[in-house]
Amino acid sequence: MFLINCPYCGERDQSEFSAGGEAHIVRPKQPTELSDDQWAEFLFMRKNIKGIQLERWNHAHGCRKWFNMVRDTSNDKIHAVYKMGEKPPIK
Amino acid sequence: MKNKYSIFSLIKNAFSYHENWQRAWRDPEPKKEYDAIIIGGGGHGLATAFYLAKKHGMKNIAVVEKGWIGGGNTGRNTTIIRSNYLWDASAGLYDHALKIWEGLSQELNYNVMFSQRGVMNLAHNLQDVRDLKRRTHANRLNGIDAVWLNTEEVKNFCPIINTSPDIRYPVLGGTLQKRAGTARHDAVAWGYARGADAMGVDIIQNCEVKGIKRNGDSVEGIETTKGFIKTKKIGVVAAGHSSVIANMVDIKLPLESKPLQALVSEPVKPIIDTVVMSNAVHAYVSQSDKGELVIGAGTDAYVSYTQRGSHDVVEGTLKAILELYPIFSRMKMLRQWGGIVDICPDASPIISKTHIKGLYFNCGWGTGGFKATPGSGDLFAHTIANDEPHKLNADFNINRFVSGDLVDEHGAAAVAH
Repeated sequence: MFLINCPYCGERDQSEFSAGGEAHIVRPKQPTELSDDQWAEFLFMRKNIKGIQLERWNHAHGCRKWFNMVRDTSNDKIHAVYKMGEKPPIK
Repeated sequence: MKNKYSIFSLIKNAFSYHENWQRAWRDPEPKKEYDAIIIGGGGHGLATAFYLAKKHGMKNIAVVEKGWIGGGNTGRNTTIIRSNYLWDASAGLYDHALKIWEGLSQELNYNVMFSQRGVMNLAHNLQDVRDLKRRTHANRLNGIDAVWLNTEEVKNFCPIINTSPDIRYPVLGGTLQKRAGTARHDAVAWGYARGADAMGVDIIQNCEVKGIKRNGDSVEGIETTKGFIKTKKIGVVAAGHSSVIANMVDIKLPLESKPLQALVSEPVKPIIDTVVMSNAVHAYVSQSDKGELVIGAGTDAYVSYTQRGSHDVVEGTLKAILELYPIFSRMKMLRQWGGIVDICPDASPIISKTHIKGLYFNCGWGTGGFKATPGSGDLFAHTIANDEPHKLNADFNINRFVSGDLVDEHGAAAVAH
């Protein structure tokens, strides 16, 4: 359990949010031209990092807006929160 | 040579105040080279080593474990064993395991306390009723025992359940698999460890894998905290940490690791003599031989390796437990913990070769791996020894995420994942 600083609403309980998985996986521009391997990569394959991970989150029981987060999955510590379309604030 | 455990050895050791029992397994230093190395000393990894030695004659092998054996998910689950899965591939896999469970204590000469007390799955709405009835039919076509119980029969089988039609999610019936049940989770790890060690398998604890050495498309060995160990075959059975190992060789797996929580109550006299699971409200409960209620909660929805999880998940589960079993309302919970489970998009495991020669993965068991421990070990050992999957795990290959031929047990299995 942890607190999340929603970029639109401020600090709220994590149970108000839903996790959207790894961030910055871009939907293919030409889906019809993808090979099966590329589709599998887009749909299923994840880095599932133990450590600093970039993630999408949704403030489901609040403003319902999506945003991104830099979180350490080994201790659930949140390092930064940034809006959709922005570049990650760390490397 | 290991001494056999029996009533006679118990009496004999009583005369020396139980101070002269033989060590159950050695604590060896790693050799320079092994024919195969298993990464992960949980139930699945130790079972894999055991069957590699027993059925495939591979004795020069090692199990490396970063902590202590059985200290991960093997010691953190709710010990439920069942095989009532919907799809043919899953039914084959899990019932293979269940059949091994039935003779496992004898096979290992170690009491794993396998208890076929039955597992009952409850239906709370019309769709549940249809799904569960369909599943019982599918189970029976696959030779797996399953019966449908109406509300009254559910009440007769487990009298403490609140079957009032006025509760938020009333009990409309349930399914029962009588061959299903529970086992003592630690004993499974210890029994397999003792059995594997007796055949010469080196179990190396406190040895974390730091890297995998490759030569082109084949493996050469592993870098560990105890130095480099050479090998041509590596079986990865690292559960929640499978992706960590995969990232060492730039393989991406279709996994997300999440905390799955469980909790136990203070011990009380026998009150529930079966396992009851509820898919819709996500609560399941059984009672250990010590008398504790063993309660399983759900997974947190985010990736985490913290082995704890959120309070609201436990709260949701306990609300459902109290509605279904008002008799538990004043019980105190003693311990709560989380295990890191690696979940596949189709909620089915991966027991597979990879495109790297000599590298095999056994992962993705998600929230329900304990029940499969003996079968998983047996089939993974077959896959490693022959470099080919057994027909029972052929469908659980890693390429199904490319071909689309998924074994979609999400919601189809007897519990929500």
